[in-house]
Amino acid sequence: MSRNLFDKVWESHRVGALPTGQDQLFIGLHLIHEVTSPQAFGMIAERGMKVLYPERSFATADHIVPTTSRKRPFEDPEAEAMLVELERNVKLHGISFFDFASGRQGVVHVVGPELGLTQPGMTIACGDSHTATHGAFGAIAFGIGTSQVRDVLATQTLALDRPRVRKIDVRGSLGKGVGAKDLILYIMAELGVEGGLGYAYEYSGEAVTSLSMEGRMTLCNMSIEGGARSGYVSPDATTYDYLKGRPYSPGAADYDRAVAWWQSLASGPDASFDDEKVIDADVIEPMVTWGINPGQGLGVGARMPRLADLPAERREGARKAYEYMGLAEGAPIAGTKIDVAFIGSCTNGRIEDLRAAAAIARGRKVATGIRALVVPGSMQVDAAARAEGLDRLFSEAGFEYREPGCSMCLAMNPDKLRGREVSASSSNRNFIGRQGSPTGRTLLMSPTMVAAAALAGEVVDSRSF
Amino acid sequence: MASADSRRALVTGRGIPLCEDDVDTDRIIPARYMKGVSFEGLGEHAFHDARRNPAGTLIDHPFNDKRFAGASILVVNRNFGCGSSREHAPQALARAGITALVGESFAEIFAGNCVTLGMVAARVSAADAKALQALVQKDPTTSIEIDLGKREVRAAGKAYALSLPESQLQALVTGTWDSTGALLANEALIAKTAASLPYMGWKTAG
Ligand code: SF4
Repeated sequence: MSRNLFDKVWESHRVGALPTGQDQLFIGLHLIHEVTSPQAFGMIAERGMKVLYPERSFATADHIVPTTSRKRPFEDPEAEAMLVELERNVKLHGISFFDFASGRQGVVHVVGPELGLTQPGMTIACGDSHTATHGAFGAIAFGIGTSQVRDVLATQTLALDRPRVRKIDVRGSLGKGVGAKDLILYIMAELGVEGGLGYAYEYSGEAVTSLSMEGRMTLCNMSIEGGARSGYVSPDATTYDYLKGRPYSPGAADYDRAVAWWQSLASGPDASFDDEKVIDADVIEPMVTWGINPGQGLGVGARMPRLADLPAERREGARKAYEYMGLAEGAPIAGTKIDVAFIGSCTNGRIEDLRAAAAIARGRKVATGIRALVVPGSMQVDAAARAEGLDRLFSEAGFEYREPGCSMCLAMNPDKLRGREVSASSSNRNFIGRQGSPTGRTLLMSPTMVAAAALAGEVVDSRSF
Repeated sequence: MASADSRRALVTGRGIPLCEDDVDTDRIIPARYMKGVSFEGLGEHAFHDARRNPAGTLIDHPFNDKRFAGASILVVNRNFGCGSSREHAPQALARAGITALVGESFAEIFAGNCVTLGMVAARVSAADAKALQALVQKDPTTSIEIDLGKREVRAAGKAYALSLPESQLQALVTGTWDSTGALLANEALIAKTAASLPYMGWKTAG
């Protein structure tokens, strides 16, 4: 038996034990955005503290950024004030900031990886629960609260309980037209939204290692939706190839040394885990959620569960979900009418996602009356998409192609559902009110499924396109 | 930084029941109220949408119920606080007068955020959470005592076993839940760990 990646990385970053019994963990990379950082900067100012390792923190703006015009000042004075505050803080403390002028702004979990900041063997923290995304590279990456952002700023460390590690062994292979988003929605449906409490997830098996880095990011991104604060994939050739030559990746002088270290961290075939679950990839269909948490999902060809068939402890939640969603138990999910289609977010706003959606949209038209948005995850994704002509392709098909940001994933900017609109969304949360209308409804699915739904005006199997 | 004020060995108050599993942080504090650079004023928006119908009229909700006005212990069910890492959620609850939570289980980041504010989030069994909710629903004047030292919740003459991750319990009982000081005390060790990490010295591709 050998140690798994998580244990190796944790050990190498462990500063020591704290009086509470927690470990003090060094944080190799700290990412910052405008919503959860101002109060933390405020706290260190109040205490007269400085940022201990400003060169280990990197900031961008994503949540409140408008996707139509980025002209400053923003139309929304509150959003403008938040950006001004971030600009002030990064300047004051000498922290790198990927702003609009840098050409590198975007959703924080898209930006870190594409710039090569995210690397195997690092500990990565950000005041954002989807920090789990960065685990795709074989890093220990997790979301933290604002008081913990304060701790990272002031000490570059955190007080943490070491989680247990569960291996999710995905056997077999995903079928044609089935991808990482379907896999993670399936895992959520199988293990439940609280199944991962106290665990870090290691995703492994052929269906995982055959995913691209983009796919692995989608997979790890939603670990938190299953209750696991972090999820990761051991690094391999796919990881090393992706990182080669990126702006913040190790340069030629250190690259080979880096790869050798990264390789030494990967979990070996005999690595031990606290728990193990096996998932059969062959049976997974394109997934759609029908409820108000990400674990309430099913294959597009299936019928929504009858309350009586659910385990007792899930029945009340499902009843509430049906009532809110206006959906009927036992009915097929396919054919559910939609009003809005949203392609974007840190789950599915990368170039590969846009390409996959574009392949469906090419030469077709969005159904009448559907508001369809494509929001690239970052300025770099946007540039790549434009270079390939995807912006035009989407526009010709009737999608609104927008500027990068979080957009309708959480609707802190002007992109919001109205009233009880139903949204087919490639984002990660279908919570009540998540997309900006207190009564809005969200169906989570892959970007290809969203594109297909936009064209059909209803939930439809994207494999039929 | 421990002081008599920061110790949370015993928390007492009246209960307010919120009977639902998987209450997410978007419910606790909708994202639109996070448009600000401080946590001030969040209290009045706790459960903003859950407390209202689409027309904006207050509906039947424990936070609208006069019987629970002034109650400080929120009694919840499974996986409370799931979703985003926003500290705005426990901040909103604290500013709405909540000093502690009791429930079947809490999402991890949420529970950690509570501790960093010195807020107790104690776990009891599913049945005990329901029993406590029933109790305060029946008699909202019931006093609840969360005794971290004895690891029990007491109400109406009955005791219910509670659990909390050991480190959180220690931090709350000893009043050392504000971690910054303890972390910074190890500055030399921090530097040593940093120096031992291979990637700290690499030159970037640029
Ligand atoms: S895209 Fe959505 S989930 Fe991701 S960081 Fe932005 S708001 Fe959060």
